[in-house]
Amino acid sequence: MLEVKNLKKSFGERVILDDVNLTVRDDEILCIVGPSGAGKTTLLRCITGLDTPDSGEFLMDGQPFDPQGTGASDRVIGVVFQDFNLFPNLSVMENITLAPTMVLKESKEAAVKNAKKLLGELGLSTKGDLYPWQLSGGQKQRVAIARALAMKPKILCYDEPTSALDPNLRQEVANIILSLKKGGVTQLVVTHDLDFAEEIADDLLKVNPIDQNQD
Amino acid sequence: MSFNYISQILPSLIQGAGLTLQIFFWTLILSIPLGIIVSLGLTSKIKPLKWILEIYVWLMRGTPLLLQLIFVFYGLPIIGIVFQRYDAALVAFILNYAAYFAEIFRGGFQSVSVGQYEAAKVLRLNYWQTVRKIIIPQVVKIVIPSIGNEVINLVKDSSLVYVIGLGDLLRAGNVATSRDVTLVPLLLVGLIYLLLVGICTLILRQVEKRYSYFK
Repeated sequence: MLEVKNLKKSFGERVILDDVNLTVRDDEILCIVGPSGAGKTTLLRCITGLDTPDSGEFLMDGQPFDPQGTGASDRVIGVVFQDFNLFPNLSVMENITLAPTMVLKESKEAAVKNAKKLLGELGLSTKGDLYPWQLSGGQKQRVAIARALAMKPKILCYDEPTSALDPNLRQEVANIILSLKKGGVTQLVVTHDLDFAEEIADDLLKVNPIDQNQD
Repeated sequence: MSFNYISQILPSLIQGAGLTLQIFFWTLILSIPLGIIVSLGLTSKIKPLKWILEIYVWLMRGTPLLLQLIFVFYGLPIIGIVFQRYDAALVAFILNYAAYFAEIFRGGFQSVSVGQYEAAKVLRLNYWQTVRKIIIPQVVKIVIPSIGNEVINLVKDSSLVYVIGLGDLLRAGNVATSRDVTLVPLLLVGLIYLLLVGICTLILRQVEKRYSYFK
């Protein structure tokens, strides 16, 4: 279970997040929805360690952790980026096994075996030797999911998982997220698409832009 | 144009070509790493360092290489800095070419998207793992065509050492032409340059091909 408490973040004078609290329960899906400019992405960037919050507390299963930390207890969050950010110079297999071998010090065999299992579950068993440019958008996203899961995160986060894809792939993404949930993956999804969020979410957090008194 | 005459002057031309190649290789081997280091400085957050390097690049690219060569060999001794002819040539060439390479690499590093660094960060790869496995291969691919242009320029620019009295390929040809009153040596010099540039072009094409597996 992930808990975020009293998260605050401003850029200069502009307050983006003012005292945000949220909880993601195990094996559930929390969707954060809101219009653009509401601070969804900033919230996600704070949780994933890409931005430094001004203040706030992060707890995983009751234990505090540092999203920017590199210790074993800090490596709890996986991320699927909006435009996936696969490494173009590495094959699908290398994209997935790079971090497990270099960071978790898994053996090459163990990492490849795990990657094959993940690719199989995501319907990509034949794609391991391809490079990102040879994949469709939907396939890239699934590789990004596999790459994140290979690090065995406690929570998988998505930034706008439907927005870089063809609209008719929306259902496919929903199905993947729901089937991962059945497999016991706890997920946090940031989206501006309320219908999509309502379809997959166990819990919904609506955020709105903070009225700035200035201007 | 008798073969006899050609075989007579060929040894001196080949000797000259040897010096041309020496300057070529030493300049490449030393100016590329120096250029990479300068490019990192050019993107550095330490402002004074950045300014100094910007002025260096501006001077080197903004004045003729011929002037720099004359300055190092004939100018610096006036303030007590004396180089041998060969060393003076290398100093001028390395400083000049490093400035061009620095600009090329700066462009290369900046064209790798921030998303690549962020993806590496959330996978907990450290800075050097990220640079080595993800950034450098992409930068190399981006800069190969521009580096190739400079490499070919360097083959021909090396003839500028003529002005400080070094016995390179061009001087060998010129000496034979004025001694024997014939165009043959100069034509041969042209052929040898074409051959050297041809070999460089082939090698560069191979390198480019090696990196064509990703986009």
